Amino acid sequence: MRELCFITVGNAEIHFILLFSRQGKLRLQKWYTTLPDKEKKKIIREIVQIILSRNQKTSSFVDWKDLKLVYKRYASLYFCCAIEDQDNELLTLEVVHRYVELLDRYFGNVCELDIIFNFEKAYFILDEFIIGGEVQETSKKTAVKAIEESDMLQETVEEYMNKPAF
Amino acid sequence: MALKMVKGSIDRMFDKNLQDLVRGIRNHKEDEAKYISQCIDEIKQELKQDNIAVKANAVCKLTYLQMLGYDISWAAFNIIEVMSASKFTFKRIGYLAASQCFHEGTDVIMLTTNQIRKDLSSPNQYDTGVALTGLSCFVTPDLARDLANDIMTLMSHTKPYIRKKAVLIMYKVFLKYPESLRPAFPRLKEKLEDPDPGVQSAAVNVICELARRNPKNYLSLAPLFFKLMTSSTNNWVLIKIIKLFGALTPLEPRLGKKLIEPLTNLIHSHSQHRDLTGICASVSVLISLSSGMPNHSASIQLCVQKLRILIEDSDQNLKYLGLLAMSKILKTHPKSVQSHKDLILQCLDDKDESIRLRALDLLYGMVSKKNLMEIVKKLMIHVDKAEGTTYRDELLTKIIDICSQSNYQYITNFEWYISILVELTRLEGTRHGHLIAAQMLDVAIRVKAIRRFAVSQMAMLLDNAHLIASNAQRNGICEVLYAAAWICGEFSEHLEEANQTLEAMLRPKVTTLPGHIQAVYVQNMVKLYASILQQKEQAGEKEAAQEITQLMIERLPQFVQSADLEVQERASCILQLIKYIQKLQIKEVPVAEEVIALFAGELNPVAPKAQKKVPVPEGLDLDAWINEPPSDSESEDEKPKTIFHEEEQRHSRHRQPEIDEEELARRREARKQEQANNPFYIKSSPSPQKRYQDTPGVEHIPVVQIDLSVPLKVPGMPMSDQYVKLEEERRHKQKLEKDKKKKKQKKEKRGKHHRHNSLHTESEEDIAPAHHVDIITEEMPENALPSDEDDKDPNDPYKALDIDLDKPLADSEKLPVQRHRNVETLKSPDSEVPLVEKKSKKPKKKEKKHKDKERDKGKKKEKEKKVVEEEEEEKKKSSKHKKKKHKKEKEEKSKDKKKSKKKSHHSEEEPPESVQNGTLEDEPLPVSSCAQTYDIQGNLQNDSQVTVSVIFENKSTSFLKSMELNVLDSLNTKMLRPEGSSVHDGIPVPFQLPPGISNEAQFVFTLQSIVMAQKLKGTLSFIVKNDEGSTHEKLDFKLHFSCASYLITTPCYSDAFAKLLESGDLHMSSIKVDGISISFQHLLAKICFHHHFSVVERVDSCASMYSRSIQGHHVCLLVKKGENSVSIDGKCNDSTLLSNLLDEMKETLSKC
Repeated sequence: MRELCFITVGNAEIHFILLFSRQGKLRLQKWYTTLPDKEKKKIIREIVQIILSRNQKTSSFVDWKDLKLVYKRYASLYFCCAIEDQDNELLTLEVVHRYVELLDRYFGNVCELDIIFNFEKAYFILDEFIIGGEVQETSKKTAVKAIEESDMLQETVEEYMNKPAF
Repeated sequence: MALKMVKGSIDRMFDKNLQDLVRGIRNHKEDEAKYISQCIDEIKQELKQDNIAVKANAVCKLTYLQMLGYDISWAAFNIIEVMSASKFTFKRIGYLAASQCFHEGTDVIMLTTNQIRKDLSSPNQYDTGVALTGLSCFVTPDLARDLANDIMTLMSHTKPYIRKKAVLIMYKVFLKYPESLRPAFPRLKEKLEDPDPGVQSAAVNVICELARRNPKNYLSLAPLFFKLMTSSTNNWVLIKIIKLFGALTPLEPRLGKKLIEPLTNLIHSHSQHRDLTGICASVSVLISLSSGMPNHSASIQLCVQKLRILIEDSDQNLKYLGLLAMSKILKTHPKSVQSHKDLILQCLDDKDESIRLRALDLLYGMVSKKNLMEIVKKLMIHVDKAEGTTYRDELLTKIIDICSQSNYQYITNFEWYISILVELTRLEGTRHGHLIAAQMLDVAIRVKAIRRFAVSQMAMLLDNAHLIASNAQRNGICEVLYAAAWICGEFSEHLEEANQTLEAMLRPKVTTLPGHIQAVYVQNMVKLYASILQQKEQAGEKEAAQEITQLMIERLPQFVQSADLEVQERASCILQLIKYIQKLQIKEVPVAEEVIALFAGELNPVAPKAQKKVPVPEGLDLDAWINEPPSDSESEDEKPKTIFHEEEQRHSRHRQPEIDEEELARRREARKQEQANNPFYIKSSPSPQKRYQDTPGVEHIPVVQIDLSVPLKVPGMPMSDQYVKLEEERRHKQKLEKDKKKKKQKKEKRGKHHRHNSLHTESEEDIAPAHHVDIITEEMPENALPSDEDDKDPNDPYKALDIDLDKPLADSEKLPVQRHRNVETLKSPDSEVPLVEKKSKKPKKKEKKHKDKERDKGKKKEKEKKVVEEEEEEKKKSSKHKKKKHKKEKEEKSKDKKKSKKKSHHSEEEPPESVQNGTLEDEPLPVSSCAQTYDIQGNLQNDSQVTVSVIFENKSTSFLKSMELNVLDSLNTKMLRPEGSSVHDGIPVPFQLPPGISNEAQFVFTLQSIVMAQKLKGTLSFIVKNDEGSTHEKLDFKLHFSCASYLITTPCYSDAFAKLLESGDLHMSSIKVDGISISFQHLLAKICFHHHFSVVERVDSCASMYSRSIQGHHVCLLVKKGENSVSIDGKCNDSTLLSNLLDEMKETLSKC
């Protein structure tokens, strides 16, 4: 019971987003509610198991504790969001889809490896799109532009090394 | 050459960047853990380097490891270091790491405040953006309080990119620091009409989330949102707005009517082009429609139609959503959904569990007396088919929920229900044994007529206990044995084969059951034994009676040896008792009567929370010690009392205290009365027992015949289907009878004989129960409160945000701005002006006016204050340049923060109510070097202290320092001086004043009596310093303490007010002022503002007002306005205070 209460104390529309592979390997996790690490790990394990055990042709929604999981599989990756009961499931699916589109536009035909090797970029894109569990930018163009511009500011570590910084 | 060398060493440090790490982990699949621990060691080395690039790289790798589930909290400080890097490259990584692993408990988080503030005000929008994003993940109450003002400023940033983020983060700030909501809300509202669509949608998002939790505070925004809805083309925004309206419509029915047209249009336009968000929107439209309009059947019909299309769709998602929306409509319009029962039952067969669960939810609301059996039958089939235990458990709870809802409203045949429950016990591995058990107990206790049947079924269960308890430890189903044993024992008079049941309960196998069940077994076998004993004695079979006693004595020892204390205790107690009975039996003494007397008395069900609802009698302190606690040495010797199981306590016999006949009769009468008024109480026939015998069908329940045909089932277990059939027959018969009667009635149309009983009304829905069930209402203690409010969760995080947003802002409601605290050195801690809003202190009607005034005054002050702030800003800037000092200052600041934390905490606990006095006394100054303004604030916490805040303004061109304020104390009023100083010492003002600057200091005065106004003379001495040198100057002033300044605006309700007036211990006095020309409204406002009163009630040109002094005097006024005159009658505990107050009032009023 205590565990349940704990989760309700979240305050965002989207409580967390998880990306994991078909083998159950976590690729990205973003939490919009604060939970202790131990709790997070437990939740991740549980959710990955629930979703992987579901048939492919079933609906994209699963009740989980007092939250709802909305997930979708793109190629080998599962994208999963946890939302509250009153929140709109289809809209959340749309959020997931939009995120995939953004990744696609940024990486150009995104695949799992892109996300593995550039995981920080995947986070940056997510941060431009969703903030504190709320969608902040509904326009794809603006979001991608923001990321590209801030990338311009960021010199890669390699570049930095190549510069004679002394 | 040297460059190459350095570079080489860097290369070595950089032997692993993130990509290398990822690749490495992928290549070390078999010994991943070992590889990673090796990497972490390397990272630790890298973090020790001075080079920020190396650190950032290390932190980046750590973030990746964190995602894989490794703890990186140890690197929190390094993350902060990287966050504060000047290069965006590193800052970005630092903030990412922080947002991934910081949380409220991270202790170093408080070190980030200044860094974040710096980044927020960075000229580079991406620095700001990254800080805001990070903040959204780890904002704590402290951060929220310290940064609220900065973020609010960002809401008006020139770049929409920043505005948008700031608006969204404001929501997080509100949650962590609710006091910020009111000051920030006006600006948030502005953002609804921001030119940038992104910012606009962010503002809609935030307000929608806020409104969803506390809709009533946002009703005034409805027109604005309506405009947005009709003009917006953005689906995302539209959905949010619709969601918001969904929350608002229940509060404002007129809104629903207005919405209906645009919403219906939306549905039509969206169903034309089947885009996902379109459907999405229309679904939420549908849902909000249904919750908003209780009697708009046409639109509901439209909704249900569209939903049916969704449910029939092959897309599982749409099906799911259709069902979900349907269940929302069901709450308001059950009828329109019920017609789609077929479709919903069909969904129960869906292979997707989510969809099945949704369909189950729907079924719950769709049952009626007519279809309950059918639906449950269908569910029972699913129970058998279900493969996963979770789904099966879900089904089981749903069946029980459906049947037991609203006090078993839909059950017409309780035999059927009992047999359903018994069938459910066959479920293996369910966790819900206790649920079934609870239902069995509840039904058996509350439905008297069913007891005989229930007992026979339970006896069978006990007989077949080995089937249920075969793997007792593993599953929870054995809980039903608890209920079975209890029912058989308690209602043993209905048991036909009591001997057999008793033997079943005494089987050695029973000792493998859980302890609390065994305990119930032991207790109830005595009940059984008692009734058997009675039976035998009455029949004169002494031998048989002795035999049964012997059996008990033989078998009980197995329980005496139980490891469970409870079982052991009960068993040994009972064994002794029975041994004693045996002795008596040998002497041929009849004992049955006395044994049975052990269990005499009827058990009544008690309503849930009954105890809680009894109000605590006046004067009873539940926390007071009854006996003083014993000293430690004694308590050590004491052993803990026996621990009872919770279950035991619940069912432990609750004996009726001895009550005399009269009292009993009275109570019975009262209960009957209550039951008569209770529509849910099915009235009992004069003698339920007798009636039971008469009822056809019940006597001949073919319990024994059924089992033979179904070998797989538990022998002796009934099939609920049988009852379904029986019930159908019965209904059919009833209908026929009814028809007959109708005909009869028609025949004797003119017959003046009574109409038919209301029980047999024509409605199909009204199916008479099989036998008159007597549902005993749950008992409530006398004088219990009917309230049900105890269900609210006190920990709801949104409760704090339930703030009235339409009230104008008070002075005190400002976001905290970081500044030096000049008042810090003050002696009295309660002189701090609290942040707590002064809401509801003043009557609403008048509020606006004097709030305005207050604001004006506030503005003046604000101006003065701002100057100080600016000066400090400068200081800060200059200190930034002095890098060495930087650290020191940081420390200071954090100290400062700690202090302020303490303060705000304090003010939260006991907000000192402050009153402001409008009197203002400027003394003309010879040199005009200093002006003073002051406020007198009464303090509720301390009934003999007032705080005087003085604003000093330097009007000269010289520098003022060493200011000292002294007052000539009177007998009554004294300035609070630090200990050890004499009456002639002044109090130093804790700051200096450069030219043109003003600042505020506070002084505390103690008072003996407050019934008279006071004037105190005082001097301010200071040193004027200019180019020519410094001179010592003095300035005399007078402080006027009016009586009104001792009053505190306190709201009072008219009933309390009337009581106060009736009490008779108030003195009365009155005044009359002529020549008043202002309106009554205005007049009341004046009294409220200048004299701190609140209006209790106003009728035409007559009003009652109330206030309270800091020493607790009540002051009541009756103000009447005649032609050009006003009369005021006052009542107060103290006549002097009253007459002084009235004099002051006269003065104020004569001015207008």
